[in-house]
Amino acid sequence: MKENIVIPVGPQHPSFKEPMRLDLSVDGEKVVSADIIVSFNHRGVEKATEARTYTQNLYLIERVCGICSHSHVNCFCQAVEEILGLEVPERAQYIRTFIGELERMQSHLFWFGVAGHMIGWDTFLMYTWKDRERVNDMLELTTGNRVHYALNTVGGVRRDIREEDMERLKRGLGFLEERTRYYMHVMTEEETFLKRTVGLGLLPTEMAKRLCAVGPTIRGSNVKFDVRADDPYAAYGDLDFSVVTSDTCDVWGRTYVKAGEVLQSIRMCNQILDELPGGEVRVKAPSRVPAGEAVTRYEAPRGELIYYVKSNGGNTPERIKIRSPTLANWLVMTEMLKGVYIADVPIVTDAIDPCLCCSGRVTITDHSRGERMVTTLDALRKRGMDRRGIS
Amino acid sequence: MTSPLDVALYLLIFPGFLFLLLFGLFCEWLDRKVYARMQNRVGPPIFQPFADLVKLLGKEDIIPRNVDRVLFQYTPLIAFAAVMTPIFNIPIWSVKALFPLQGDLLITLYLLTIPTLALFVIGWSSVSLYPLVGGFRAATMLFGFEVPFILTCLSAGVIAGSWSISDITAHLALQPVGMLVLVPGFIIALLALEAKLERTPFDIPHAETEIVGGTLTEYSGKKLAVMHLVDDIGMVVGSSLLAAIFLGGFIFLDSSFVLYGTDITPWINFILYVAKSLIIVFVLTLVRTLFARLRIDQMLDFSWKYLAIGGLFQMFIAVMYVGSSVGGIP
Repeated sequence: MKENIVIPVGPQHPSFKEPMRLDLSVDGEKVVSADIIVSFNHRGVEKATEARTYTQNLYLIERVCGICSHSHVNCFCQAVEEILGLEVPERAQYIRTFIGELERMQSHLFWFGVAGHMIGWDTFLMYTWKDRERVNDMLELTTGNRVHYALNTVGGVRRDIREEDMERLKRGLGFLEERTRYYMHVMTEEETFLKRTVGLGLLPTEMAKRLCAVGPTIRGSNVKFDVRADDPYAAYGDLDFSVVTSDTCDVWGRTYVKAGEVLQSIRMCNQILDELPGGEVRVKAPSRVPAGEAVTRYEAPRGELIYYVKSNGGNTPERIKIRSPTLANWLVMTEMLKGVYIADVPIVTDAIDPCLCCSGRVTITDHSRGERMVTTLDALRKRGMDRRGIS
Repeated sequence: MTSPLDVALYLLIFPGFLFLLLFGLFCEWLDRKVYARMQNRVGPPIFQPFADLVKLLGKEDIIPRNVDRVLFQYTPLIAFAAVMTPIFNIPIWSVKALFPLQGDLLITLYLLTIPTLALFVIGWSSVSLYPLVGGFRAATMLFGFEVPFILTCLSAGVIAGSWSISDITAHLALQPVGMLVLVPGFIIALLALEAKLERTPFDIPHAETEIVGGTLTEYSGKKLAVMHLVDDIGMVVGSSLLAAIFLGGFIFLDSSFVLYGTDITPWINFILYVAKSLIIVFVLTLVRTLFARLRIDQMLDFSWKYLAIGGLFQMFIAVMYVGSSVGGIP
């Protein structure tokens, strides 16, 4: 039997923005199979939440991810509000949705730039990231911050959208719409871009469903799966938008879906600004949360985000479990990598928009011995020392 | 007969080492500045390439333990020498080059291939995964762009009836119609030069997101500085060659302009030469800005399907032109 050569990519490699390792078995220039090794940067966020009060946790959870910080904290707040039985004011729901959609825009524009860089087209990177600045400026205008907005709180939001900012926000949205339409045009017309994305990283519809992909990855495989439409939260029930899908099932399809979603987000943001209801933006929430548990779903820019929160009646949660979208997409990534050229590995890997900091886990599975264990930090430290021969 | 002092001046000052160094750094700056402005960035100040060079020259120079030391250390110098030499065969201030030879077109084409071969040798001698892959990719690409490049350059030779660059320029200066015949060849040669210089969309041998630093991953300090200079001077010499061959008609014969009894034609021709080279560098930058990187198989596909066929077509019209009464050999 012929042995395939295994090429290790990572943990430190220019095509990954965060540490992860891919062991690619290759036959010539083609990838036969891929093995993913993650969790080089486990931070123990879930454990850390148990030692903090709910209010303190808002700030910790916001820092689970830098790109979708609003998604995480919004999802967490929804879960706590569900346990508390709090009715969040409608205006607060609209503002949450507004920020969530702005965040989706900046995340997708960010991804366009990264994708451009992966296929060696830095001009696209510079263009999209310049426009992304405009979104960040709008976020700063409404929340006061550019990355970690610190907007959400249990029971509503901490800042209102001011009447005098409406005009500037509208103008920004108009500008973004024009730019996004231009990028869609570029994506469908530019020959070298098509050459590097069409027919790559194929993920058939059936396989996407079977392996439970989420977000733009599954929508790029022609499945209408979007928590915003299927299980509306916040203000999504009142808004007009359509779920963008693509039937090409390749990297190009995922790109197209993301561009389409930016346009839908702009549409929703415009509608929110027009129909923003009046009233309060937050209700007072008690610091102690009664015993109970809740699971909430949220459509983050990268896909479905799930939070499980369990309370034992105190002012700190007993357990918080985060299922980030990237975690759900690892499996399909290994499938997508099969059969592509080595030169295409960066763009295919990046097509699921991996966010590793959200998905660090320390479950160690040993295939050869068939065992599975969850370790502690001390055990890991000991193992590392043993390996290096330090006693 | 030129005196040894003159030869030393030619080699070291103009049009040799110093001029090429300064012009190369200027072209690198122009390339980076135009690239940046087109991407909505500010771009580097004019002394940035020079500062980068000085900084690299002062950095620690590391030689990995297992490499072939001789090849690893001296290949950059060979590439550097090879890429500088053709400037003496290319007309700059007159229709005649400094040291014209019969067949210097072939020598130039050969010498301009050496940097690519040097990259392959460097990749081989580095004993590291990324340089190895980069070196193989450089060598594979060579088979793609070299044939169209040579075909189009030789078409100009067919038109002039000589393998000497000076003769080609002189012929085109007398009969500028030849330049019209060479327009398709010029476009093909520009694309092939872009591949020769390993710039996007053909920057496959050092595709950062795939193979990190590519061929030069293990290089540092002085040797890396020399390899960067090879790139810069390759850009200058390559564009000078294309300027002399395909834009050769835009040059004045000796003593066309006389001011107060002094022949100022060399100065005007020199300014024209700089302008032509800069225009070519500008076009090369445009191509770099506009496209995404191709995969190696797509690149070879493109070269053989379009560039090589186009080169043959260029050769065909060149022969037809020479055979017709319009462009007989003078």
